[in-house]
Amino acid sequence: MTVDPNVFLAILAMAAATALTRISGLLLIRFVTIGPQQRRALDAIPPAVLMAVIAPTALVTGPAETLAVLATALAATRLPLLAAVATGVVVVGVARAVIGA
Amino acid sequence: MRSFDGTALQVRFKCGVTGVNKKDVIREFSGGVRAMAPLIVAVMPIGLVFGAVAASKGLSSLEVMLMSAFVFAGGSQFVAMDIWSHPVSWGALGFSALLVNIRHVLMSASIGTKMPAFSGSAKYAAMLLLADEIWAMAETRAAQARLSAAWYAGLAVPFYVVWVLTSLAGAVAGAFLGDPKAIGLDFAFPAVFVVLLMGFWKGRETGAVLAASAAAAVMTQQLLPGVWYIGAGAAAGVIATLVLDRRREVCA
Repeated sequence: MTVDPNVFLAILAMAAATALTRISGLLLIRFVTIGPQQRRALDAIPPAVLMAVIAPTALVTGPAETLAVLATALAATRLPLLAAVATGVVVVGVARAVIGA
Repeated sequence: MRSFDGTALQVRFKCGVTGVNKKDVIREFSGGVRAMAPLIVAVMPIGLVFGAVAASKGLSSLEVMLMSAFVFAGGSQFVAMDIWSHPVSWGALGFSALLVNIRHVLMSASIGTKMPAFSGSAKYAAMLLLADEIWAMAETRAAQARLSAAWYAGLAVPFYVVWVLTSLAGAVAGAFLGDPKAIGLDFAFPAVFVVLLMGFWKGRETGAVLAASAAAAVMTQQLLPGVWYIGAGAAAGVIATLVLDRRREVCA
């Protein structure tokens, strides 16, 4: 259980960089007036970021993942979060086993 | 439609401080914990794997725990393990964390406008814990009700504690752990994001945002290494909204 000074410095650098990204959005909106157009742009951020995060998994990773994303999306229209996520995990596990990916 | 007029915020802020009693705080906090419970379970295997990978790169258990506690951003921590070298280069690691986490600028700008109930310092404290999963659940809450600081704490604090402790456990247990991919657990987080995304659907305009974001993300991911694709997709989605806006103005 030792801490190397160089490793600690690297951890601090990563922490500072991460904190900077998380604070700067808050600073940004303090200095920009939010009109209707800025509002709509901000409202587009959550779906746009979520879509970007899952797009490679959904579209170009493999047929098992694409199938599981569709199954999860369909399940989400009827089931609560945990059940829909469980559906996705089961479907991806079965599909990978069947397809052999 | 909520008002973001300055005086309205001032009034709500003052009422929020005087009108809060202990019971409300506890109820809001436990509401946040309940909403977060599935993600707290889902992050456990990820934390274990991170700890095991980090230990295999030569980090001590204490160093692993410190990284999870100070950085608290899973994506950039995994990328750091990819580029870990001996001796470590703090400049390269800091810069890569900056690039991997640049999406947090957009996320913090977006959720920052939905925190009129937070005091100034609570807002900054909340931002330091703005991991993807916490942000997504906070946005989901803000779309349905007023997001309180206690609800946010309920989302963030247990998730943070579990992330730090499971990384430590993973570092200690090391190679005894199996591959989470074998049972499909690596799919838990993409699945969570799919479910949350469905909640943001508001008709055809959302469809345009999603199509632009998905196309830009996939193309960027094929061309550039790292996580540039998230920033590219987010930017494309926002630009799609602005283009639709412009067209509406022209037609009007």
